Amino acid sequence: MSIQVKFFASLREKIGLADIAIETAETAGEAWNIATNNADVPTNLLVAVNLDYAQLNTAVFDGDEVAFFPPVTGG
Amino acid sequence: MSSKIIDSAFEPWQEIQQHQSQSDLDKQFGATATFLGSMRDFNDDADVSEMTLEHYPEMTARYLDKLEQEARQKWPLLDCLIIHRVGQILPADSIVLIACWSAHRRAALDATSWLIEELKQRAPFWKKETRKEGTRWVEKNTDGL
Repeated sequence: MSIQVKFFASLREKIGLADIAIETAETAGEAWNIATNNADVPTNLLVAVNLDYAQLNTAVFDGDEVAFFPPVTGG
Repeated sequence: MSSKIIDSAFEPWQEIQQHQSQSDLDKQFGATATFLGSMRDFNDDADVSEMTLEHYPEMTARYLDKLEQEARQKWPLLDCLIIHRVGQILPADSIVLIACWSAHRRAALDATSWLIEELKQRAPFWKKETRKEGTRWVEKNTDGL
């Protein structure tokens, strides 16, 4: 089992990674640290866990999908 | 009720007509409200020659459905259609279409207005513009005024 971490848009380009599987993490924030090798957290970062908006302190579990992205600009 | 994300140009009025003809609206609707967002050839006073719209596919599909359901709980809608483009987009192309049908005008108008604002705040899409100087990500949506 593992946790899937995804990055989108400008953040994907900045981190240089679209997705990565990490072995384990207790929170979305810890998943960020592991996946990005402790990169600075952008002030406007948005977080989703299993396709719902979440926070950096949201608990994550094996099999979860955690996504990080900048403010959305659709429509 | 229907929402879809498409990666090629679409004809919005044809989509509305087609949706309406296939819907079970019968003759109960007295109001159809629509919002159509198209690509401008300028932003922040700079010319924009094209745009790429990226999204988080599973989450956008989930959020468009979620927004429709929420709108339906707030207003007595008979039907609702949301279409959003992704991929490469050119000036004047349609980007987003929202249409709501209701028995009376207020529900359709208010739901359409609410849906476009919520979509812009919550649905995970991102625009990248191509300008003379190169490409750049749009950092935030305009306030719509």
